Amino acid sequence: MLRLRDVNVALNVEGRMRPVLSGLNLDLAEGEALGLVGESGSGKSMTVRTITRLLPQGARVSGSVEVDGRDVLAMRPAELRAFRGSDVGVVFQDPRAAINPTHRIGEFLGEALTVNRGVSRAEAARRSADLLASVGIDDAGRRLRQYPHELSGGMLQRVMIASVLAAEPRLILADEPTTALDVTIQAEVVGILDRLRRERGLSMVFITHDLDLALAVCDRVAVMYAGSVVEVRSARDLHETARHPYTIGLLGSRPSIEERAPRLAAIPGRPVSAFEAGPGCAFATRCAFAQAECRARRPRLEAFQDGLVRCHRVEEIHEHSVV
Amino acid sequence: MNTLSSEPASGRPAARRPVTGVRSGNRPAVTVSGLTKSFRVTDAHGRRSQFTAVSDVSFTVPPGGSLGLVGESGSGKTTTARMLVGLEIPTAGRIEVLGHDRSQPARGAAERRRRARELQIVFQDPYTSLDPSQTVRAAIDEVLRAHSGLEGTARAERLAELLDQVGFDERQASARPRDLSGGQRQRVAIARALAADPRVLILDEAVSALDVSIQAQILNLLVDIRAATGIAYLLISHDLAVVRHLCDSVVVLRRGRVVESGDCGAVLDAPADEYTRTLRASVPVPGWRPGMGLST
Repeated sequence: MLRLRDVNVALNVEGRMRPVLSGLNLDLAEGEALGLVGESGSGKSMTVRTITRLLPQGARVSGSVEVDGRDVLAMRPAELRAFRGSDVGVVFQDPRAAINPTHRIGEFLGEALTVNRGVSRAEAARRSADLLASVGIDDAGRRLRQYPHELSGGMLQRVMIASVLAAEPRLILADEPTTALDVTIQAEVVGILDRLRRERGLSMVFITHDLDLALAVCDRVAVMYAGSVVEVRSARDLHETARHPYTIGLLGSRPSIEERAPRLAAIPGRPVSAFEAGPGCAFATRCAFAQAECRARRPRLEAFQDGLVRCHRVEEIHEHSVV
Repeated sequence: MNTLSSEPASGRPAARRPVTGVRSGNRPAVTVSGLTKSFRVTDAHGRRSQFTAVSDVSFTVPPGGSLGLVGESGSGKTTTARMLVGLEIPTAGRIEVLGHDRSQPARGAAERRRRARELQIVFQDPYTSLDPSQTVRAAIDEVLRAHSGLEGTARAERLAELLDQVGFDERQASARPRDLSGGQRQRVAIARALAADPRVLILDEAVSALDVSIQAQILNLLVDIRAATGIAYLLISHDLAVVRHLCDSVVVLRRGRVVESGDCGAVLDAPADEYTRTLRASVPVPGWRPGMGLST
């Protein structure tokens, strides 16, 4: 469904090219949900912007981005518009920034249907009510007449999801869709997204900084650091099967709601961005196992125990169970 | 009225520094009783009404204890914090810090200084509360000058001690806010709060905006500081796992009211109130599936 190979992206920051993605590889199967997890500067949001070609002016992109076998980077403007309109749907973190505040909910949803699906206005009104019902909003008639400011953040995010579904895309990119919501509302919105995705057999890339949330929503999880993927694994048992020192560090950093540990196994230092990374492994500056080789030569993302890991020493570390 | 009291964790080292003027023996760090805050609001049609943000809230933080105030948007947790630090005047109820009433604004400079030495607050975003032109060292020294009563070598030693406590080396101590990461700025905010040598620290979503690996460092730092100084924490947070990590007891707020309170582990392991149960069940943990146990 989605295939990224050796993707490098650099942004023009005051006349200087600054790398934000470096050697990114990513695969998403048909109907699969993949979690993209990382801290600030890891490049998760830039990955979404690269897939949809919504990068800032002057950005330099290399490598290949394929959606359903089509080369996104080579698309002409008309093809790209059609691709964004109906093949891929993006759910952003802040629906208030993404939804026109001067239009009623009905107009917003209707536009998605008439422009992208070519249906009549009357048909659009009927389908809009169905769409709202599918995201758990029952009093559709009243909601369609309301303006965005009259809806809560959780309600508006449901409308956003409904508008994405209106275009009937086969791939959904959800970029921190619940980060701004209260935890009980997050659980509801994520539940809706998960149900709709399964019912319709959609593929999804779910971007979040919350590893546990990604594990709950996704089939597989890709952990990002400094603009590339450092580990990919099944979400089912990541707590036991994580092998990259950074993934293990992330798992140890979160306090548990179930028990109180005296101390957290914190990773020293701070997360670095792609432009700050040296020639070797980007995580080497914070890694307890880093050696000269790690600092000199960049490891590749390679198969290891039913997953992919980008670490020179992963075998050694695992064999000696020093982690 | 819901009152709550729990003993601080045992086996913790006693207060490291000698008892001075603001030390208040075994009096509770914070006692809040019947705290209420109403606002007059005007709707789109010009109709006026009362909105009660905090309603009859009561809790106690024992000396050296740690209490978490949890809730979602509109729970009243932030309004409660604002009343504790004097940014809002309560409509009704009483706030005592180390036995001193602070339901009304401070009268005079001396009382304001005493209040500052009793209780300090660290906010979610330290960037807006740091002076961009001040180095880390100067920012912390400013508070020492105002509140510590220390001079010369003694003050310089205390400054070095605070810098060391929050993990700043000589070079970093000369940096300005724009050169610091979010986590480093939060360390400066914590060091500034500690410079007033308070007995109570309010942490208002103080680790919420941090990256998870940085959040872990700050959580460890906060655990260490409480163990070393016997300071009491009042943690305001929406994050139940952070509350469990830092707090002995917890108060759950919903729409301005206390719905449940008690020992932190007991409440989170076996919530009695229906809302607390929903809140607890909404947190993704290993094995959690979206929509589980929720009315969606």
